[in-house]
Amino acid sequence: MADSAIAHGHDAGHGAHVTSTGLSNNKMAMWMFLGSECLLFGGLISTYMLYKGRVNSGPQPDQIFDIPFTSVSSFVLLMSSLTMVLAVSAAQRKDDRNTNLWLTITALLGATFVGGQVYEFTAFYREGLGFTTSLFGSSFYTLTGFHGVHVTVGIIMLMALVGMISRDRIPGNKAETVELIGLYWHFVDIVWIVIFTLVYLIPT
Amino acid sequence: MSTATEHSTDAEHGSSHADEHHGASDKQYIVIALILAALTAIEVSTYYVDFGPLFMPTLFILMTVKFIVVVSYFMHLKFDNKLFSYLFYTGLILALAVYVGALSTFKFFLQKG
Repeated sequence: MADSAIAHGHDAGHGAHVTSTGLSNNKMAMWMFLGSECLLFGGLISTYMLYKGRVNSGPQPDQIFDIPFTSVSSFVLLMSSLTMVLAVSAAQRKDDRNTNLWLTITALLGATFVGGQVYEFTAFYREGLGFTTSLFGSSFYTLTGFHGVHVTVGIIMLMALVGMISRDRIPGNKAETVELIGLYWHFVDIVWIVIFTLVYLIPT
Repeated sequence: MSTATEHSTDAEHGSSHADEHHGASDKQYIVIALILAALTAIEVSTYYVDFGPLFMPTLFILMTVKFIVVVSYFMHLKFDNKLFSYLFYTGLILALAVYVGALSTFKFFLQKG
């Protein structure tokens, strides 16, 4: 029976590792990491919610937010989740060409989102909202900046993944590696779903 | 031994999904993305159209639905082993509990002050 468990564990890991749970340790670690990331972003979102009304100097949130522009950015990031899941799907079919294609499109959509965020930050700064202008400014830049850094790290991981797949440099289960990066990418998307509603759409 | 049996059952369940193309089909993913885009459009419409008292509930419901759809389908939690769901939702619920508690405390002190 123990042999059976080991055999199944072996199957679950695609021959990479034998685990006591029969599940991939890498995948479990990624889900634990994402669970802990909820606490990080929870703290940042809570801080913003607490301080968004504290504007002693500088512009108020509703004076500077450009909802149509941010809506387009949000749509772009949402669609990058679609291209990411199509990359995972292609990787599961062992279709390297389409995996790389969808991963590259996902990275480009992510870069478009980050570019939009840089433009938004620049526009806000020109309108008088610096990092230390008010508690609203500090908490806003910290929250959205942390998210932007996460997206940037995701883009770097995606491009590294494309390079590694092209050179056939991924050890072990390729589809699982793509799926793990995909989980991180989707997490970045769901965090933005929350930020877009709580920060941009709900007024002070 | 029974633990090993349970694990092997889990593993068998997990591997049957992992070995094959687990989750939805590509067409289904596109349909899900279109639904998410439509929900986003409704969210954005709250900026232009006066929803009255339904404004906040609408936004919160749409946000929650979008969150759950992405986690369940794009992140495959609906199709994957339940242990992954427990790991993620434990972190999420802990975060919600801690920060709702903290924000309530701040609200209490602000009212008293």
